[in-house]
Amino acid sequence: MTVPSDHPGVKLSGAPNREEVRNCPGYPGEEFAKKGPIVFIECVEEIPCNPCEASCPRGAIKVGKPITNLPVLDAEKCIGCTMCVAACPGLAIYVKDYTYSETEAAITFPYEYWPLPEKGQEVTLVDEMGEAVCQGKVLRVANPKQYNHTPLVTAAYPKEFFEQVKSMRRLNK
Amino acid sequence: MKKAELVIVGGGPAGLSCAIEAARLGAKVLVIDENERPGGQLFKQIHKFFGSREHQAGVRGIDIGTKLLEETAILGIEVWLNSEVVGISKDKHIWVVKDGKTSLKVEADKIVLSTGAIENSLNFPGWTLPGVMGAGAAQTMINIHRVTPGDRVLMIGSGNVGVIVSYQLLQAGAEVAAIIEAAPRLGGYGVHTAKVRRAGVPFYISHTIKRALGTDRVEGAEIVALDAKWQPIPGSEFILDVDTICVATGLTPLAELAWTLGCCFQFVPSLGGFVPDHDQYMETTVPGIYVAGDIAGVEEASTAMEEGRLAGISAAAALGYLSGEERERRCGEVWDRLNSLRSGPYGEGRRKAKELILSTEGGIACDRAI
Ligand SMILES: Cc1cc2nc3c(=O)[nH]c(=O)nc-3n(C[C@H](O)[C@H](O)[C@H](O)COP(=O)(O)OP(=O)(O)OC[C@H]3O[C@@H](n4cnc5c(N)ncnc54)[C@H](O)[C@@H]3O)c2cc1C
Repeated sequence: MTVPSDHPGVKLSGAPNREEVRNCPGYPGEEFAKKGPIVFIECVEEIPCNPCEASCPRGAIKVGKPITNLPVLDAEKCIGCTMCVAACPGLAIYVKDYTYSETEAAITFPYEYWPLPEKGQEVTLVDEMGEAVCQGKVLRVANPKQYNHTPLVTAAYPKEFFEQVKSMRRLNK
Repeated sequence: MKKAELVIVGGGPAGLSCAIEAARLGAKVLVIDENERPGGQLFKQIHKFFGSREHQAGVRGIDIGTKLLEETAILGIEVWLNSEVVGISKDKHIWVVKDGKTSLKVEADKIVLSTGAIENSLNFPGWTLPGVMGAGAAQTMINIHRVTPGDRVLMIGSGNVGVIVSYQLLQAGAEVAAIIEAAPRLGGYGVHTAKVRRAGVPFYISHTIKRALGTDRVEGAEIVALDAKWQPIPGSEFILDVDTICVATGLTPLAELAWTLGCCFQFVPSLGGFVPDHDQYMETTVPGIYVAGDIAGVEEASTAMEEGRLAGISAAAALGYLSGEERERRCGEVWDRLNSLRSGPYGEGRRKAKELILSTEGGIACDRAI
């Protein structure tokens, strides 16, 4: 079993590390992370941006004023509906479900590359550094108009890699 | 000679927003742009913008551009395309070269300069080889002309331009072999760097290019690590297998026209270098000449649009279409939005730099000083 990657973090290696993600107010916290479908917001820098707030039908994300505030997640209200995943201009949000099946978890992430994977396809899932973590099976590819060309891919993968997986390796043209 | 109340030089987000604002207030506006289509940088920006809803957050730059063009058309604003402004005299006579051959003159009451910025170049052995280009050029190729500049790209510079263009190169089907950054920290927004990092693109901080390899075209790049004093560390060199090298090392305001008009300038490194001095209505030190957008300090399209609105409101008021009181009220609203864009760790520096410009009298190359 691989250990969640450890690296110097967003300003040195490009991606936020485990500590930065866990300290971010968009992290659901230990109690909620594995209870069911829930959002993880990896927004670690105060930039002027707030579309996630209005996108949530349950008011679970709060940015407020000034709009440079980091988004704060109310994990109790979030049902993992994925509306904010496509709305985030920074593509910094994904939804995970630890309870997907007995042995598998599921992740829904934004994927703006061509070609899109197909339902049922086996793909390589990667961590925030782009390193392969494990194989996963695509459950769904959603690309409705309101996502404005940010398709969402949902994939199932072994539970033991629950935390590491963030996205998938790009497919060859 | 053609006469116009308000001539706007440069039809990017700043110029178009200015034109729309002034035309709504009743001013007769002429926009002059050197391209075959207005919109400036916006039509290359296929990613979703940040901001709040009032700043059109979540909308892609290209869609913001389309909206501005629709409004321009609805308002019947006159736009000259393929038309380059090559000179402006102090009595506001504008010399335009149209289609690269016809010479025209326009007489304006007020002029807004919204010419944008130009990419900085970087000199290194091999920098003139085909395959070395500005990141903006690569972005124009993939997003406007729909051809990839090469298969394997090295990006020099980790600011937002470098990382966004890298992301778009990946989307266009190219590989990005690495993004190198001379500073010991990455420059761009974390969400942008994270996007390319999880796509497998490595970052090298404290690294620069030593030379481009190849005889007729780029066949590789030699990279070297830098020490704490930014000096190359001997023996740290390595070769990257690339056929394209993109330079994203900052932008400089495109302000020649303001220089020739005798505008005062201030040197503000955080805004890209020499910036025409201006007040909170975007008027320069030459009465009736305004600036807006990247020429007034390199920032973002969202701030460029707000500055364009300020210039449009101010010029319309100066032309008599608005009372002083109304001008204050409208400019105040725009300033509230500008201040919210210029907040947080990234925006704060720009806000302070802008405040410095507003609070300093005169500056360099000022007619009054000579
Ligand atoms: C890769 C990249 C990514 C970016 N991403 C974002 C982003 O996510 N969000 C954001 O807010 N901003 C972004 N920006 C910044 C944004 O594009 C610029 O800040 C903005 O376009 C500036 O607007 P402007 O109107 O001042 O200049 P421009 O858009 O550059 O327009 C200036 C126009 O004037 C014309 N012109 C210049 N001189 C003359 C002349 N003498 N005669 C006639 N025409 C002339 C030019 O050809 C051009 O059409 C990005 C920029 C780049 C390069």
